[in-house]
Amino acid sequence: MPPTAPLTWYLGLSAVLFAIGAIGVLVRRNVIVIFMAIELMLNAVNLTFVALARSLGSMDGQVIVFFVMTVAAAEAAVGLAIIIALSRNGETMNADELVTLRW
Amino acid sequence: MSAPIFLLLAALVLAAALTVVVHPSPVYSACALVVTLFLLSVFFIGLDAQLVAVLQVIVYAGAIVVLFLFVIMLLNLTQTEPRPTAGAPLVAVAVGGGIAVVALVATALRRLTVPTAPGLPEGFGDTAALARRLFTAYLLPFELTSVLLLVAIVGAVGLAKRRP
Amino acid sequence: MTPTTLLRWIILLPAAGVLFHVFLGRRATAAVKVVGPGLVGAAFAVAVAAGLRLRALPEGGLLRDHLYTWIVAGPFRAEAALRLDALSAVMALVVTGVGFLIHVYSVGYMHGDRGFARYFAYLNLFTTAMLILVLADNLPLLFVGWEGVGLCSYLLIGFWYEKTENAAAGKKAFLVNRIGDAGFLLGLFLLAWTLGRHGVWTLDVAAIERHLDVLRTETVGGWPVPLVVGLLLFVGATGKSAQIPLYVWLPDAMAGPTPVSALIHAATMVTAGVYMIARLHAVYALAPAALTVVAVVGAATALFAAVIATAQTDIKRVLAYSTVSQLGYMFLGLGVGATGAAIFHLVTHAFFKALLFLGAGSVIHGLGGEQDMRRMGGLRARLPVTFWTMTAAALAIAGVPPLSGFFSKDEILSSAFAGRHEVLGVVGLLAAALTAYYTGRLVCLTFLGESRVSPEAAHHLHESPPVMTVPLALLAVGAVAGGFLPVPALLGHTGEGGPPLALMALATGLAAAGLWLAYQLYVVRPDLPETIAARLGGFYGLVRDKFRVDELYDALVVRPLFAAADVGARGIDPKLIDGVVNGTGVLVAATSGVWRRLQTGNVQHYALSFLIGALLLLGYYVGR
Repeated sequence: MPPTAPLTWYLGLSAVLFAIGAIGVLVRRNVIVIFMAIELMLNAVNLTFVALARSLGSMDGQVIVFFVMTVAAAEAAVGLAIIIALSRNGETMNADELVTLRW
Repeated sequence: MSAPIFLLLAALVLAAALTVVVHPSPVYSACALVVTLFLLSVFFIGLDAQLVAVLQVIVYAGAIVVLFLFVIMLLNLTQTEPRPTAGAPLVAVAVGGGIAVVALVATALRRLTVPTAPGLPEGFGDTAALARRLFTAYLLPFELTSVLLLVAIVGAVGLAKRRP
Repeated sequence: MTPTTLLRWIILLPAAGVLFHVFLGRRATAAVKVVGPGLVGAAFAVAVAAGLRLRALPEGGLLRDHLYTWIVAGPFRAEAALRLDALSAVMALVVTGVGFLIHVYSVGYMHGDRGFARYFAYLNLFTTAMLILVLADNLPLLFVGWEGVGLCSYLLIGFWYEKTENAAAGKKAFLVNRIGDAGFLLGLFLLAWTLGRHGVWTLDVAAIERHLDVLRTETVGGWPVPLVVGLLLFVGATGKSAQIPLYVWLPDAMAGPTPVSALIHAATMVTAGVYMIARLHAVYALAPAALTVVAVVGAATALFAAVIATAQTDIKRVLAYSTVSQLGYMFLGLGVGATGAAIFHLVTHAFFKALLFLGAGSVIHGLGGEQDMRRMGGLRARLPVTFWTMTAAALAIAGVPPLSGFFSKDEILSSAFAGRHEVLGVVGLLAAALTAYYTGRLVCLTFLGESRVSPEAAHHLHESPPVMTVPLALLAVGAVAGGFLPVPALLGHTGEGGPPLALMALATGLAAAGLWLAYQLYVVRPDLPETIAARLGGFYGLVRDKFRVDELYDALVVRPLFAAADVGARGIDPKLIDGVVNGTGVLVAATSGVWRRLQTGNVQHYALSFLIGALLLLGYYVGR
């Protein structure tokens, strides 16, 4: 029986996924892709919760994941509605150019 | 989950995640995101979180990413970015930030020890167990989440509506 | 100490007058003529009644009227209470009596003036304040009266305020008085603090007299307390009673109506300083050095002012300097320990000086406003009552026996010589001689000799109506017979017999010489004064210009103050204060201009700041 992957590996993987998502949020200019990077970060967190839930033997971690998914769905819905509204007003989809609220 | 399988799946997940973030075309990014989510679902099964894994596929991959693709197609956002990334300084800072995140977590892991449970209870990770926790200790957040969804629906409809 | 409720009416009656004149005076001019003098007359009656009641008390008794508790500040208490002993009774009678006559006279003098009601309101207010001053049972209440008369002096000097000179004179009086008041207050504070250190937290006159031992031994900064207190309070007295160096307001105060000059600047307010020192003579007795200062200043002022008076041409100015000089006599008396004599002179002076001023007012009124004696002369025939009453007053002030001034002045001079203050006595005699001279000069120039009156004034000339001449006559009675009032005895200061015969003869001789000289120079040989003046050249000019003291003060004090104020108003205020305030605004705006660049509008930049913040926070927790 091959050795089980220790908890730390899962946590490390989720950290790397989170980092990748963060970089994506900061660096990409297309707003849709920024959104997808946000979803990636959320999923990294989900992985952390599930791994720890198993490690601690408590279902609470999975319950939290449940909620994260729900909130992610709501957020995606609203965010995409905003994007639709933006495009309807003829705005660009480039994050660098959506800067009306500057000083 | 056994170590070799973990490593294989981890490599795939990272590849897919990088594709999401790096690829110029939004459509390809969305597809890569689907792949990532599926692979994560496999991870969940390996971690005795069966219901969550299923929900991941149904809700995340099946609804949310579909919604993404729907909007991409509706607004015809398929063109690739001319220069997909921002200026070099910002990239450097962002990458630095990412590395910092990982380093932090690594340091934390070295310092802290997570207590491990002796053994898993019967039926860990299945629907009944989840439901049991959800409808007792987490009842209030559950109800609030339903309100949240209502608000999100109203908001989304209001924002995206075509004004006369 | 006998309690009574009588004394408060002496004050409340004129106070009621103030209210009447302020609120109803405009519409009821006829009533003002009765109410104004009437209430003061009523106060006089009450004072007389109170005085009689006081006389019925055994030796050393006094009446006390307690109204209410006024100040309670921690352990310190001051009551609103009035006391009547021999000293305050004499003062109250003088204030109400002479005040009444002057109120009556004013009805005639101020007839037709636009501010008729306002005048009587101020005059009643003054009377109220002066009575508070003399009847006060404690020093803070005295100070209330002290300030009150200063205020009324300002209001009445600048009564015809439409002319800038009058308003300026009023301001000058108030400001110079204020300097004196500062000294007075410091003296009060020191007194209160010294007594307080021994647990006596009050400034009641009775309490002070009981705790003299405390004051005797205490020192402040190495100086004995009675000396410092005495000197500080005397500073207040030099201001209020127009002594060197704070006398400069009194000649300018002649800008006010002449009855005001008679009442305030001859008979009553200027005597407040004398009264105050007499009241606190127990404290001054503990500091002989202070008394010496008082005597020296008094004598010097008496001589100095008399010299200036000899060269003045405005009839009221002569009398103003005369007042300063006579006040100097009173302080000289106080300083050599002859408190009774000083108060005696205060009373006689009230009669003849008020009479002189009112007489001058009658002349001015008759001539339609002329005040320069060079344009008077020969008025004896047309103004007989005025002439005879003023002559009586002149003889009194010159010290001719048996008129009142002779007795009171000689008491002071004999006390000076008896106390081994020979130098001061000689100075006093010199001043007496000059007094006779300048007063004679005034009478001669105004009433005798050839008429130099201008035709328009001559046309206008008439004797004053009875409402003005009757008070003159009554005051003349006082000026003539007042010498027989046993004032020093009443005050418990029985001197050792009377003044020595030699001194009386010398004084009388000097008075006669002064009067004769005036007669020679201004009636017999009117050309002589000019020749003498020319001979004296520069010195005469200096005397006539009152030794340029006002100009000196202007250069030493007024100009530097204005210059400093300019620096403040033009330099410090706009540049520094406004600079700081505006600068703060500019600083805030500049700083915000820098920081708001953080708001780029770019969401990803904001996300970056989130990330950095989160990393810092986590780093802190991991690092712990």
